[in-house]
Amino acid sequence: MDASGAQPLLELEKLSLAFGGLRAISELDLRIGNNEIVSMIGPNGAGKTTVFNVITGIYRPTEGDVRLGGESIAGKRPDRITRLGIARTFQSLRLFLNMTVIENVKAATYGATKASPPESILRLPRARREEREVQALAEEILSFFGERLMGYRWEQPAYVLSYANRRRLEIARALATRPKLLLLDEPAAGMNPTETHEVTELIGRLRGELGLSILVIEHDMHVVEGISDRVVALDHGVKITEGTFEAVGNHPGVIEAYLGRDPEALAEA
Amino acid sequence: MSTEQPPPPRKGQIGVDEWVAQSGERQEATGWRRGLGTLERRVGWWQRLAIVALLGLGFGLITNNVNILTVGFTSVLYAILSLGLNIAVGWAGLLDLGFIAFFGFGAYGYAIFSSTALGTGGMGGSHLAAFESIPIVLVAAGIVGLVIGLIALRLDGDYLAIVTLFVGQAFMEAVNNIDPGTLGGVNGLFGLDGLHGLGGEITTPRGYFFIALIFCAVLAGILHLLDTSRTGRAWRALRDDPLAARAMTMPVNKLKVMAFSFAAMVGALAGTLFAAEQSSVFPTNFTSNILILIYACLVLGGVGTIAGAITGGIAVTVVSAMLTSPKDSAYLFYGLILLTLIWKVRPWRHLAAVLGGTVVLGLVLNAVVGGISSSATAGSPGSVGWIGSAVSHWVIVPSDAATYGNILFIAMICMVIALVRLEGRKRLILAVPTIYIAACCWESRLVVNPAITTQIMLGAILIVTMAARPNGLLGARRVEVL
Repeated sequence: MDASGAQPLLELEKLSLAFGGLRAISELDLRIGNNEIVSMIGPNGAGKTTVFNVITGIYRPTEGDVRLGGESIAGKRPDRITRLGIARTFQSLRLFLNMTVIENVKAATYGATKASPPESILRLPRARREEREVQALAEEILSFFGERLMGYRWEQPAYVLSYANRRRLEIARALATRPKLLLLDEPAAGMNPTETHEVTELIGRLRGELGLSILVIEHDMHVVEGISDRVVALDHGVKITEGTFEAVGNHPGVIEAYLGRDPEALAEA
Repeated sequence: MSTEQPPPPRKGQIGVDEWVAQSGERQEATGWRRGLGTLERRVGWWQRLAIVALLGLGFGLITNNVNILTVGFTSVLYAILSLGLNIAVGWAGLLDLGFIAFFGFGAYGYAIFSSTALGTGGMGGSHLAAFESIPIVLVAAGIVGLVIGLIALRLDGDYLAIVTLFVGQAFMEAVNNIDPGTLGGVNGLFGLDGLHGLGGEITTPRGYFFIALIFCAVLAGILHLLDTSRTGRAWRALRDDPLAARAMTMPVNKLKVMAFSFAAMVGALAGTLFAAEQSSVFPTNFTSNILILIYACLVLGGVGTIAGAITGGIAVTVVSAMLTSPKDSAYLFYGLILLTLIWKVRPWRHLAAVLGGTVVLGLVLNAVVGGISSSATAGSPGSVGWIGSAVSHWVIVPSDAATYGNILFIAMICMVIALVRLEGRKRLILAVPTIYIAACCWESRLVVNPAITTQIMLGAILIVTMAARPNGLLGARRVEVL
């Protein structure tokens, strides 16, 4: 937490996004500190993924600002923003299905490498060196996932992977961009209890071993409870509340957003 | 109380990681297939390329037939063209229908520098050597490709296809109408220099075959190196999911323009070789028909693979060339039927029954119809050589072969449709008269009109091949985003 006033890693300030008359996000303030895990919860359609899309540059905010390490990144191109250190995964998996597992990871290093096509064709020193580094990085990242993405699968096309492994590969691919901040969009969606548990552990390791800051969208409250330093609740693009898991979970606004209003309370009001 | 233990987990369960891991070993072939597989893994990509190139070289040295060498040149030319198209379509996933314009651009570019089109002075009159004109043309094509890529940036899929199709058409109209004095208009440019430089000039078909072969082999090598580099990976990522590619640090617009530009340069390279070999260029050399043929090459060979693009280019050209000769086309026609039967009809006794049934049906019908009316079998089969004499007492060809053939053609199509709809024994039985009618139609009508038949047969061959191998001859399985 940055109560001390230190520079937060990511800062959203009065961020708004409107599609014509529809306000998808309204004046959202959010800060994520270094090495912090923040969860974003909210009912379907609350605007969580839209927040991701604004942060990563797919949408340009209508108003407000997005700052990474104090620098405004609002309106920059997605590939530039990722190069600056924000990587994401997608809720509906978007792997490069016809490429091999290791190529998926290597492809994400495009922005960090510089060899031009002629250099690559002639295999000049810079191209060779970069290719060695990329290979080593990809192997290191894939090894981070233990047996799950190990050895034999590397040369197989990504479409042969199981659903859970595709989710892992998406995280691996995002790591290959060497991010400071990782945005995970429902990393445990569609997973069985064992796999969900593994995801919880994995997110902890991403912070602990790689020193990443992480913003997670997640519907599984066990995961949210297990990983979050802080929870942000969103509904209709408006931040309802923010705080510890317990505080947010008991907040009347959150309960209302998920379950609707208590009729007795309504009658009293 | 029962103290029965739960059964130990069986080996070989779907969902168990180790079991999935061993799927490769379980599927491993045995015997000669295994040997072949090991050999395939040991031979590196450049060794394979060298072997194929040497085979081509050997082929060019052995044959002295000018026609065969010309077909050889054309097939290598189409291999180069489909390699170029593969960059845009196969790798970057851009449905580029303007590719033909760059083939034409290269050809006209070469023509201008190697003739008196620009007058007798300056660049035009100097009859530039090939090692000067080809690089100039390639760089120019790369720049034009870049510009067209920039225009097409905001378009995807079908929209991109339509706009680039217009580019191809616009090119043809442009060379037809702009400055006929220089570009020759509909009459084209002719009397071009051959490829020359350093005191030598290539004049023979064999020379052009070899030079095309060298260009193609070098190009294939370059493209392989590019494919396995960061650029190649980024193109393939872009094809699979542009949004994810963008989110993963890839500058999508730059990559698209690059793909356009590279494809344009390869297309132009093919154009220069084409113009030099033909020693003339005409606007009609660059119609949409040719574009479709190049697409056919790529799709038949396998979109997205270098080996596939080359194989497809050679296969389509050789088949087209064979189809223009009645003798060779008969081999193709009967060969195709026979191969399809062998491949589709199992067990062997069914195959024997269909083949035997077809032969007997023909002989009987020929005898019966000939007995009733001698004019009904008065015509002679269109095939020449031993096939012609072999089938002359089998097929029915009346004296008025054209009308009869037209009717048979429609009957054949109806029967093929019925054949596709039927299953099992009924299909087997119907196959006999269908093959016979097809043969009669072939002998009485199709073989006589090679221009039309070539297209029909090429289409049929494409359909059969694509049904057998949906990803092309050498293509790997590809999935769309699920």
